[in-house]
Amino acid sequence: MSTRREFLKEAATGAVLIGSQTPLALAGMLDAHAETGKSRVVIARDPALHAAGSQLDSARVGALLDRAIASYTGIQQPVEAWKHIVAQGRAEGKVVGLKTNGLGGKGISTHAVLVFAIAERLQQAGVKPGNILVWDRNARDLEACGLTINTDPSRIRCFGSDVSGFEDSVETFGASHARFSKILTRECAMVINLPILKDHSGAGVTFAMKNMYGVVERPQDLHANGCNPGVADLNAFPVVRDKIRLTIGDAMSSVYDGGPGFHPERLWYPNALIVGEDRVAVDHTAWSLLERQRAEVGMPTLEATGRPPRYIATAADATHRLGTNDPQRIHLLEI
Amino acid sequence: MLSKTRQIVLTALVLAALTIGAGSGCKKAQSDPFPASGAVAGWQKTDGPRTFAAKDLWQYIDGDAEHFIQAGVVSTSTADYTYQRQLEAAVDIHTMSSPDGARKILETGLTRDAKTIQLGDECVQYAQSISFRKGNTIVRIVAYESTPDTPQALLALAHGVESKL
Repeated sequence: MSTRREFLKEAATGAVLIGSQTPLALAGMLDAHAETGKSRVVIARDPALHAAGSQLDSARVGALLDRAIASYTGIQQPVEAWKHIVAQGRAEGKVVGLKTNGLGGKGISTHAVLVFAIAERLQQAGVKPGNILVWDRNARDLEACGLTINTDPSRIRCFGSDVSGFEDSVETFGASHARFSKILTRECAMVINLPILKDHSGAGVTFAMKNMYGVVERPQDLHANGCNPGVADLNAFPVVRDKIRLTIGDAMSSVYDGGPGFHPERLWYPNALIVGEDRVAVDHTAWSLLERQRAEVGMPTLEATGRPPRYIATAADATHRLGTNDPQRIHLLEI
Repeated sequence: MLSKTRQIVLTALVLAALTIGAGSGCKKAQSDPFPASGAVAGWQKTDGPRTFAAKDLWQYIDGDAEHFIQAGVVSTSTADYTYQRQLEAAVDIHTMSSPDGARKILETGLTRDAKTIQLGDECVQYAQSISFRKGNTIVRIVAYESTPDTPQALLALAHGVESKL
């Protein structure tokens, strides 16, 4: 974690970047290692995100998203920041996918209000509504997020792999085999990953990389051994590695134990978004956050319960090279 | 005097009736354990039930399936309800292969704030959920919101399910 001194130094660096927004200066801004040689991860928080009755305040969620993206990209104007994100993803004029996670049901799924805020910014950045595709495994998962199915290409589209189907060919990475959703392989030029932070009874933690289990036909085949190396292998498939360009992780509410299902008795409100391109660094950061909460309520660590998320280290190894899990190489900004 | 043909037909009918009687008489008829809309005051069934065999349970609960399989789950059924058209809840009924497996599931992750309730063989309740075991069956009811009425409403629905098991 950053010390206060490091935090102030990072904030100062951000200010310099905001003052130098030439196209050349912006090029590579989203390259995780461009600025400091470290992977940038932003945790943006708003303690007042939840209004009475645990309902999210949509205006505050939009503002939090803007702050997170401004901090991550160094571009203060949201529309310019989003134009840059789309350009970096080589998705101008093409389909941008938003991959949600609704498996936990209504209580613990990616919040629709975050999806709407991102879709609004994408449209302001010039992405046509029909080129925004919100997707997950199936209609039930999307509806659990509070979304409505729509396949009309004149509006923002929202449907699952139950509509698109899966590729016939089986791809292999290491010992893992997968058939990918046609939404990922055929529809989307780039995908923004919108997982929700949860404890996971097998994998330990489910967030950025584990959310990719929702893009294959038989995720259950990748669950052995605490999803290790299943999660790392899955993210190393070229179609996943290349198209998943950014994670905007929903840590507005979370379950710190008993996941991945909804356990209201273990619900907690980090009131945060976690943003990064380096999916390993994002997951490592999210894991730290979850462990901190478990410690606060007097629970043992995931290691002590026999389910540390080992797949995170595997994803960083020489075989997978998906990012870094070394805190010294993670440029963490907490705002 | 009955003809030989009539005697044979009559004997066959009696035997058939006895066979059907023997086949159904020893077993309790399989009933739907999910209360119908209105059967428990204020509760409406809005979706389901959907039933998953052990091998398909991942479709419903992803990685949690492994935990249930290790405890001997046979099948899981789930249905959605609303209370007074406001509070939404999900009812999960897990049929395990033994009471021990059911007990193991119930005891997993119990926290200090669990309140013990007299229902079924054992029952615990939290502000937004209630779980109980009856024989080799585990029932868990989870509400998506917390209101002052939630605990009592969940308890009433749990009694409704328990009475049908």
